[in-house]
Amino acid sequence: MCVKSTPSSVNVGVDASGQPKIAGVPTSLNPFDEFAVEESVRLKERVAGSTATAITVGNDAAAEVLREAIARGMDAGVHVSGAEFDGGDSFATSLALSAAIKKLHGEKPVSLVIFGKNTSDIGGGVVGTQTAAWLDWASASAVKKIDAIDEKSVTVLRNMEDGADTLKLALPACVATVKEINEPRLPSLKGKMASKKAVFPKWGAAELGLQAGQVGAAGAGSTVVKAALPPARPAGLKIEGATAAEKATKLVDILVERKLI
Amino acid sequence: MANILAVAIPQRGALGPASYELLGAGRVLADALKLPLNAAVVGANAKALAADIGARGAEKTYAVEHPSLANFTEEAYAKAVAAAVAAAGATRVILPSSVAGRALAARLAVLLKAGLATDVTEILPDGKVRRGYFSGNLVAEIEFKTPVAVLTVAPMTFPRAEAKGAANVQDVSFDPGAAKSEFVSFAAEASREIDLGAAEKVVAGGFGLGGPDGFKAVFDLAHALGAAVGASRRAVDSGWIPYRHQVGLTGRMVRPKLYIAVGISGQIQHLAGMSNAGTIVAINTDKDCPLMQMASIAVQGEYAELLPSSPPRSRTARATPSPPSAHRPQRLRSVPSRGPAVRFVQDGERDGHVLRGRSGLTLADHPSRLANL
Ligand SMILES: Cc1cc2nc3c(=O)[nH]c(=O)nc-3n(C[C@H](O)[C@H](O)[C@H](O)COP(=O)(O)OP(=O)(O)OC[C@H]3O[C@@H](n4cnc5c(N)ncnc54)[C@H](O)[C@@H]3O)c2cc1C
Repeated sequence: MCVKSTPSSVNVGVDASGQPKIAGVPTSLNPFDEFAVEESVRLKERVAGSTATAITVGNDAAAEVLREAIARGMDAGVHVSGAEFDGGDSFATSLALSAAIKKLHGEKPVSLVIFGKNTSDIGGGVVGTQTAAWLDWASASAVKKIDAIDEKSVTVLRNMEDGADTLKLALPACVATVKEINEPRLPSLKGKMASKKAVFPKWGAAELGLQAGQVGAAGAGSTVVKAALPPARPAGLKIEGATAAEKATKLVDILVERKLI
Repeated sequence: MANILAVAIPQRGALGPASYELLGAGRVLADALKLPLNAAVVGANAKALAADIGARGAEKTYAVEHPSLANFTEEAYAKAVAAAVAAAGATRVILPSSVAGRALAARLAVLLKAGLATDVTEILPDGKVRRGYFSGNLVAEIEFKTPVAVLTVAPMTFPRAEAKGAANVQDVSFDPGAAKSEFVSFAAEASREIDLGAAEKVVAGGFGLGGPDGFKAVFDLAHALGAAVGASRRAVDSGWIPYRHQVGLTGRMVRPKLYIAVGISGQIQHLAGMSNAGTIVAINTDKDCPLMQMASIAVQGEYAELLPSSPPRSRTARATPSPPSAHRPQRLRSVPSRGPAVRFVQDGERDGHVLRGRSGLTLADHPSRLANL
């Protein structure tokens, strides 16, 4: 499964160069990835003989999220890392992930790759599907349940705006989950011990069979030229009144006046 | 020649009016880049749907119709949209920010080797786009580096293009190939509540409601106003209301004209889902909580004393999806009642005196438009 290290707080400002001021903001496991980690561990517990490996693309500090994944019960981690990956967008990052998955798949067949819903920083919610597209594997997003699974296929429930779809995906496949899928457990003591000792292979673009120009900023399809604070909302109106009835009447009047109701 | 392609994605064989926003966004982008605007529809009944979409300002409308597109699966739909993009020679592809639209955009970006921006809220005159990130704390200005780019547009953000003239529909042939994913079944939501994503009005409840019973007042108000019902995560996690109502970082993003938050403190993760709403009303006992601080209109007090507790007698205001033109104006007025300060009643109800404020206006003076789903 794929994890990302994101700033622990999304309450960030803008620096002088017009980019998010994230230097010095502590990072941690992307909150949505907790559900994906938990689901991987549950599947591993369900399917005898299976193992769960976490992959992340990121700098040295990002290796900590692999430790977190091990603490939460995963077996191993792979750290895709190198200066060439810096500044990548979802397009470049998903290519790097797909190459790492392909490499793992060559060593020991991968059946299912699980992603979180989106990240708390960029939040595009597309990396899982893009990774599947690079691999030319089946995929589904907004998955709220992983149902029957065998060697050939997996049945999943997908949350749509108007209800839930049931889909059968040929394996190997990628799924992106929603928080409804489970309730993540806290890291166990045994997991924490294992995470301290864990060593992660580090793969650069060369190990993945990619050119440096295909990943990171060079391989990105889009760039954030500038970040800004959202426009401030106009100052609000406080409704005063001696009684609840008076306040409610005033509220209704204002909403009617503004043609909102 | 380079052009813009707005791609409408039917759900259960039908297109919602939100699809017209794709043409609205397409018009803005087409004018900015001085390129023609085309449309596309994919699905098992695409040809039948193309006339409506194509009449809304598209030069050409590409219909990709195939039985394998009866229900949404990522690969088949992505191939179908790619076929339309190829037929049109499009350089910008616009999709909705729905579950399907987002997945398609992701696949297309890889298939077309295209830059991608999701949840676009603004298109700039030079063709750059803006979107919120860091949970809405920042706005990113994005430049595409590829000749072809894919964008998904945030709902309720761009104008819905009006029908004018006839569609110029062109069929596109398409070979789905072997399918890796199979659609098995669909279970519709039992509830007939208005969908949050496309609602013009939302009434949302939080932990301050004190329990599932508190949500009755929220549902009643929502039904009276023709609004969708939202909730905070704490209310959802407490089991008072299903997850599909959750607004925020881990729930839905909404952008209604009116958002009424009842008993919600307004933590950053909740604000991430609704801070782009037009008018935000906060009803809360704590005047210092973040939502009361950022609200357009803040009303301090016990929600039970401020909200109508008795539902309107007629429930016709509960909107079933239909185009705005079909809406019969519903009239609401506020009337005094013993317990709650104000409740909403509908035309035909006689309830004594009607409250009049300084403005002299009552709810009865203004037809309330149903949620514009
Ligand atoms: C990773 C992550 C993701 C999250 N995602 C989301 C998300 O998507 N959506 C979301 O909403 N939250 C999300 N949260 C949770 C969020 O941080 C808050 O915990 C949550 O929004 C609080 O819900 P609340 O405002 O209903 O509850 P509280 O913060 O408990 O607020 C209750 C409010 O009700 C008021 N109140 C009490 N009694 C009354 C009364 N009688 N009348 C009127 N007002 C009253 C109180 O003054 C208070 O302001 C997320 C958190 C994390 C860590």
